[in-house]
Amino acid sequence: MPEGYLPLFVFLIVALLFPVVLLWAAALVRPSTPGQVKHEAYECGIEAASNARGRYTVRFYIISILFVIFDVETVFLFPWAVRYRQLGWFGIGEIGVFLLILVAGYIWAWQKRALEWV
Amino acid sequence: MNFFIVSLIKTGLVAFALLTTLAYLQWIERKVLAHIQLRPGPYRVGPHGLLQPLADVIKLVTKEGILPPQAHTFFYLLAPILAVSVALTAIVVIPFGPEVTVFGVTTNMGLADLNIGILFILAISSLGVYGVALGGWASNSKYPLLGGLRSSAQMISYELPLALALAAPLLIMNTLNFREITVLQGGYWLGFIPKWNIFAGPFPQIFSFIIFLIASFAETNRVPFDLPEAESELVGGFHTEYSSMGFASFFMAEYANILTVCCVGTVLFLGGWQPLWPAAYGSDFAPVVILFGSAAILFFHGANALKSRLWDRFSFPVFGVVFLILGALFLVPVLKPVVVPLFWFLSKSLFLVFVFIWIRGTLPRFRYDQLMRFAWTFLFPVAVVNLLVTSFLVAITSN
Repeated sequence: MPEGYLPLFVFLIVALLFPVVLLWAAALVRPSTPGQVKHEAYECGIEAASNARGRYTVRFYIISILFVIFDVETVFLFPWAVRYRQLGWFGIGEIGVFLLILVAGYIWAWQKRALEWV
Repeated sequence: MNFFIVSLIKTGLVAFALLTTLAYLQWIERKVLAHIQLRPGPYRVGPHGLLQPLADVIKLVTKEGILPPQAHTFFYLLAPILAVSVALTAIVVIPFGPEVTVFGVTTNMGLADLNIGILFILAISSLGVYGVALGGWASNSKYPLLGGLRSSAQMISYELPLALALAAPLLIMNTLNFREITVLQGGYWLGFIPKWNIFAGPFPQIFSFIIFLIASFAETNRVPFDLPEAESELVGGFHTEYSSMGFASFFMAEYANILTVCCVGTVLFLGGWQPLWPAAYGSDFAPVVILFGSAAILFFHGANALKSRLWDRFSFPVFGVVFLILGALFLVPVLKPVVVPLFWFLSKSLFLVFVFIWIRGTLPRFRYDQLMRFAWTFLFPVAVVNLLVTSFLVAITSN
């Protein structure tokens, strides 16, 4: 029913326009007295030694990889949950095998200390 | 054509109500926190600080907005817009009440009645990460970068238990449509225990509800998981370099997210607009009693105002009259089918909002390693086990 999505698009347009108009209106009203000190990156008053385009810890990368793997799992669980009563015991068996494989991967990741934040 | 006009009117109403609520959520939060800490909170601007949100908006609009020259201009400006738009759009699929007929027009009390409601909410709430991560990265400053990274890692980690906790009640409900989910939770066991999902058989979803609440605290970056804006270590977190309306946008997005999460929790676990006890025992008159009672309390305190708070002598009776009018609305037969479900839905949602603020006033902040370990080595396995137990019990009882 494409008609049902109409309010969604109307509201999406409203929601997109609202912050744009707000930011634009604020830019019209507010004072603007730029200066060297105001434009520096905030580092508690100390002069910035370098910019922020450096390297950061690989932990964030590992977490996002793990997220992708397990998020795919939850995506597969939703259709199963919605058709659960029709699938019956067959559905339980299938999802049991599926979860078993994923839990094995989860335990392996835990053993490899990928879940620990050092 | 008729559908189009009704949709436009509903969009206008919801947008107005949503933005007003967002402005006043901040007032409510400050007031509740203040009373938890035994201080009056906002008190100067208007009676009991009721005009404080307006004053804050004027202050934020007239503040100087700084565009840092080292920042990536496009993404720096895109981030707050993305955060707010995404957070506001999520409210579209929430049903505030059943299908009603007002003045000859039959319509759903909700904007869009989608058959993929929960998937839509999950998709939209995942997009919220972009606003935070982009804002932190585009500022090209160290505190926002760290705040943005922390925040995105935290939000994606807690997304897993959140999605698993949402999947468990679906096993009982077998639909993704929010309106159908609420309708299925109608009725009572033994005549008085509501058939909401947190009480539902065969396996009460109370554990799913708790996992959902904990995960949504992390998703919305609230205490005790407000690491992205831990002011003692990261100044302001991802919005350190934002000022004026950019800063206000991130705040608005945060409150909109809280509101959405509370509405989703209400629909999925607390029975949406279904009343707490049957209409046969007079649940339709509960709002009237509560509002008239509040009016009576206000009149009493207005008449017996302290000498040091003489202003209350005028403001309290005015509030009392407002409450009387609101209560009288629930007695009008034409409006009754609209306002009574709305009352139950809003009271449950706002109670959850109150829980959010209550937790903020009670718990200290986690350390970052504790936060990540809690998500991956406790909450995630518990959510999986909860899902499996639910599925087994549903299978046993339905065959």
